[in-house]
Parts: sequence; C-alpha cells; structure tokens
Amino acid sequence: MPFALSTERERETADIFSRYPNKLAACIPLLHLCQEQNGWISDEVIQFVAERCEVSTAHVQGVVTFYTLFNQKPVGKHQIWVCRTLSCALRGSDQIARHLQKKLGVHIGETTKDGLFTLREAECLAACGQGPMMLIDKTYHENLTPEKVDKILDELTGEAK
Amino acid sequence: MLKPVQILTRNYGLPESWTLQVYQSQGGYQSAKKALSWPQAQVIEEVKKANLRGRGGAGFPAGIKWSFMRPHPTKPAYLVVNADEGEPGTFKDRTIMERDPHRLIEGCMIGCRGVGAHTAYIYVRHELHLAKDRLWAAIREARSAGILGPRPFGVDYPVDVQVHTGAGAYICGEETSLLNSLEGKRGEPRFRPPFPAQFGLFGCPTTVNNVETIATTPSIIEMGGEAFSRQSELHHLGDGGSRLFGVSGHVRTPGIYEACIGLTLRELIYDLGGGLPEGTKLMAIIPGGSSCPVLRAEEIVNAPDDKAILHPWHGKSILDVPIGVDTMRELGTMAGTTCAIVLSDKACPVRALHNLVRFYAHESCGQCTPCREGVGWMGRIMGKLVEGKGSIEELDMLYDIASNIMGNTICAFGEAAAMPMIGFLRKFRPELVQYLHTGGKSSTGGLAL
Ligand SMILES: Cc1cc2nc3c(=O)[nH]c(=O)nc-3n(C[C@H](O)[C@H](O)[C@H](O)COP(=O)(O)O)c2cc1C
Ligand code: SF4
Ligand code: FES
Repeated sequence: MPFALSTERERETADIFSRYPNKLAACIPLLHLCQEQNGWISDEVIQFVAERCEVSTAHVQGVVTFYTLFNQKPVGKHQIWVCRTLSCALRGSDQIARHLQKKLGVHIGETTKDGLFTLREAECLAACGQGPMMLIDKTYHENLTPEKVDKILDELTGEAK
Repeated sequence: MLKPVQILTRNYGLPESWTLQVYQSQGGYQSAKKALSWPQAQVIEEVKKANLRGRGGAGFPAGIKWSFMRPHPTKPAYLVVNADEGEPGTFKDRTIMERDPHRLIEGCMIGCRGVGAHTAYIYVRHELHLAKDRLWAAIREARSAGILGPRPFGVDYPVDVQVHTGAGAYICGEETSLLNSLEGKRGEPRFRPPFPAQFGLFGCPTTVNNVETIATTPSIIEMGGEAFSRQSELHHLGDGGSRLFGVSGHVRTPGIYEACIGLTLRELIYDLGGGLPEGTKLMAIIPGGSSCPVLRAEEIVNAPDDKAILHPWHGKSILDVPIGVDTMRELGTMAGTTCAIVLSDKACPVRALHNLVRFYAHESCGQCTPCREGVGWMGRIMGKLVEGKGSIEELDMLYDIASNIMGNTICAFGEAAAMPMIGFLRKFRPELVQYLHTGGKSSTGGLAL
C-alpha cells in the first residue's frame, strides 16, 4: 500500500513547502513528518517523499542513510537516547547506560520484547552541564541517577498499560 | 577578571521569558527597529566596532564576515543561523533558544539588514524539541504583531525567519555541510572556494553565524558597538564584549554563565563552576568544546618576548590567562565555544581520549580519505590501547596519523578530530606510556568519580 499522511499532517506539508524556494529543501522536514506518523522510514515513505519533492528515490534513500535520526527499520514506541560523550561520561553516563540495559533487558541498539522501548546511545546532546542525561522521544531527562531512571521508565510503562 | 553581567541573559530568570509580551516589556525589538532604519553599512560598522568574534568556534569577527557580502543582480541573499550545537561539551545556544527566542529573532532581523538578506533560516538540531517549539511560537507571535513580515515597524524592509532541522549528524554544524543539509541533501561539506558569501544557500550569497553571535547583536545596537566591546578586558585584541561561558565535567556547579571577556580559566572553574568535588584536584581542562587541545593544570605561560600577546602573564599559571580567541590560540589551544570540560585527577586521561576519538570516528562524513581512514584507524588503535593492549610504537603511529589528517581534508572536521589526539599525546605521554606498561591497571580506571 502506498504511504499517505493523516489529514492533519497533510495540511502541514503546504506550510513546509512554503518555507523554501524549491521542493528539494522540504525533503528532511517531510521525512520527519512521515517518521512521526509511521515510526520509521519504509520504502513506501521514501517513494512518497520522492514524489512530493520531485526527486529520485535514490536521492531520498541517500539522505535517509546519512542521518542517524531516521530509523531504517521499525522501532519501539518510545525512543531512549542515552548520551555517552565525555561531559556525561565524567558524571556517570556509563552507570546509567548499564542500568538501562539491565532494567529493560536489552542491549544498546535493541528494542524490548513488548515493543515499548528502543534503547540507543547518543553523542553529545547539548546538555553537558546537566549530565548524565537521556532523551526520551521529545523530552530531555537530566542529572540522572538510577532511581530517577526507574521512576521515569515506570511512569511510561504505566501509561502504556 | 570575573565580571558577571546580564546582557545576553538579562531575561533568563523572568517568568514566561520566551513570550513576546515579556520580551517587549524589557525593551525588546527596539534595536531591530533602529537597525532597519539604518543603511546597511552603518549596521556592519557598529558590529565591527563591537569586536564581536564568532561564538561558534572559530572566532572570526562577525562584522568583517558580513562585509564580504555583495548584492547579486538576480539572486537573493540569506542569513543562516547555526543552531546545530553539536560540539561535545557545548550547551549554551540551547539556553538562548529555550529561554529568550525573541532575542535570536531580533538578532536575525539585524543580521538580515547587515548582510542584505530578507530571509533567515535557523538550522536547529532535531533533538532540541523545546528550542524548536519556542522558536516557532516566537516567530508566529512576531509575525502576527507585524514585526516579521513585509513592513516591520512600517519600514520597507521585509524580513522573515524560518526554522529548519537536521536529523542527527555532528558534521552538519560545519557551515557548508549545514547548507547542503538545508537544501535537502546529505550533509557533506563542500569544497571552498566558492565561499558561502559568493555561492551559499541555494547558490546565493549567504552568511552563516552561530546562534549566540546573532543573539548578541541587539545588545550591540542598543549599547553601541564601542561600549559593548569595551566591557572586555581583551578589547585591545579585538575581542569584545561579554559572552556565555560553560563549564561541565568534574565541577560542583556546572552550567552556563555570562561574563565579560577577561574571565580566566581559574575563575570559570572555581568561581563559576564552584571548584572541584571534595577530595579531587584539577588535572586538565579542555577549554572550548572537545576539538580544543587539552591543557594541564600545572602549565606555566612561557612568553618572554615583551611583544607577545601572552607576555603580561609570562611565568604565571595558564589558569590566570583570560579566555579569548587569541590568548587561547597563543596557549596552543582554542577558545572555541568557551564551554570548558574539566577533568579531575580521578579521571583517566586515556579513557577520556578514547571517549573523544570514538566520537570523531563515528562522525566523519567519509568524503576524504585522510579523514575517513585516519579517524577510523585512530579509533581502532585507541580501542586496543584502552584495553591495555597497545604498544609504544602505536602511540607514535597515532601522532603520525593525526598529523597527516591536518591540512589534508575538505573541511575542518579533520583538524577538529586530529587536534585533541595531538594535544593528549603531547600533554599526557607519561600517563599513556604507564597505562600501556601496566596493561591498563595503573590508572584511576574510569571517568566518573
Ligand atoms: C566539524 C565542525 C562542527 C561545527 N559545529 C558547529 C556547531 O554545532 N555550531 C556552530 O555554531 N558552529 C559550528 N561549527 C563552526 C561553523 O562551521 C561556522 O564556523 C560557524 O557557525 C560560524 O559562526 P560564527 O562566525 O558566528 O562563529 C563547526 C565547524 C566544524 C568544522
Ligand atoms: S574532513 Fe572528514 S568530515 Fe570533513 S569532508 Fe572530509 S571526510 Fe567529511
Ligand atoms: S556530553 Fe552528554 S550532553 Fe554533552
């Protein structure tokens, strides 16, 4: 089935195109919009974006593979990015990453069996003074301790039930 | 000398500081109104007088950069604001966008006037969701108030601002990579020449500036360039005003602080950063983001020549040198983003270096061989070394690889990756050697306290 955006998101596309002098420039914002709905960038999404931006699917494919934030396969409902770069590492990000893996029962890069969480490592997310930190979906969680992590995850798990 | 000020950060503590109402109640948009009524040359002149050095890392004077822009007979000009904030250790631009987005938008209006553009794009890294939301909300407010649009303040100089986001790639902070990313392409840096001022965004004349650089311009127009510059102790070196300083790592009160230029490393670490945690001592500082070569706490300034920039500090501790673009360069490092990473004596320098090298190995765009192969190779060697399995020959090899990257690449990422390596090899050779001799057991072991 070809990919289609929801009516609300479809309306947003007009606004996106109006920001740029050509259609190609809308490629990355459109990919984000599609990924928000679909969770990942499937071949159908690539086809959709290529048609809208009037470029080849090969171009869109090239863009998708360049940027880490585009998921090239399905992911969990919540994306957890734990920062591992120096400032956070100096404040214990290793311990947080280990705790997350144990608590979720997955390794970095994997998705929990219930499909709720995908755990990944990120490079510096511009919160170095508040490390260790993680980004879950659109929210920064800073100055983490294992206890704080438990609380955040339990809340998210509770919501899903 | 520590002179805390609240110029850029003046609205940070106010409730709802991100709204138009609060911004205007503090005199907001008066500078844009002024600048739009001035001739372009006068705007540039004021920013030149301010000695505003780029806050994105390289420290290039903003006024001079603006003066490179020439109107094109058929093409529009663009101002592009670099809000990629990807340099490890750097977390300052985010505070501007989250707490005072209107200041950045006002800066965009002044910047557009200065470079002859009518459109500004703010390129924000995708992860900064709150920053993006606040910016879009502020843009909508400014548009409905008629501040952005065809006739801001009744002046016939249309200005609009757009937000664009990346998708997770450190290299997109490099300005030509950023332009490709904005055009909907892979974020691969471009060959120069042509420079962005001639052939930038969509092939049009373009100026790229950092968020903080642009957000500082309203204060410059308000205070006057000269008065702004004179707040700095390094005014005589053409390094003017106040700026945001950050400190992270092994300090008690990490954070972002505004101060006049003239602030020393010691003041940043001990007065603003609250000093080191109980039972630890200062070992090293990376002054302005991870690409800046590391300094050791016990280093002494050696500048016997009385014409040398650092001569006034000859024989003193490097910690007492004011953090400026030229002073840090003379120390063999860089002021960069003036967001320092502090390492105590409980941190293992080998692991710190490994953490950084791994970052760069992960982020090369892969276009040029010395960078792609070199950073990957350094990453593999460091991976072995950190396990305590390397050799002395490999330390020398690391030095050679890093030296061969320098100057042989399309973009400055190559240097950014090589310089920390060379810095650590120079400053921490005894520790590296000892680490090897003891199979990795001799060090304090980790990074966290
Ligand atoms: C690898 C690399 C990454 C960079 N990342 C950033 C960044 O995240 N933010 C930024 O403002 N400048 C970054 N820069 C510097 C920009 O290329 C450019 O010099 C800067 O945005 C110019 O603004 P300024 O003159 O106002 O400082 C980076 C440069 C390189 C080589
Ligand atoms: S130096 Fe590295 S990051 Fe820059 S263009 Fe070459 S390969 Fe890409
Ligand atoms: S190092 Fe983790 S946010 Fe910067």
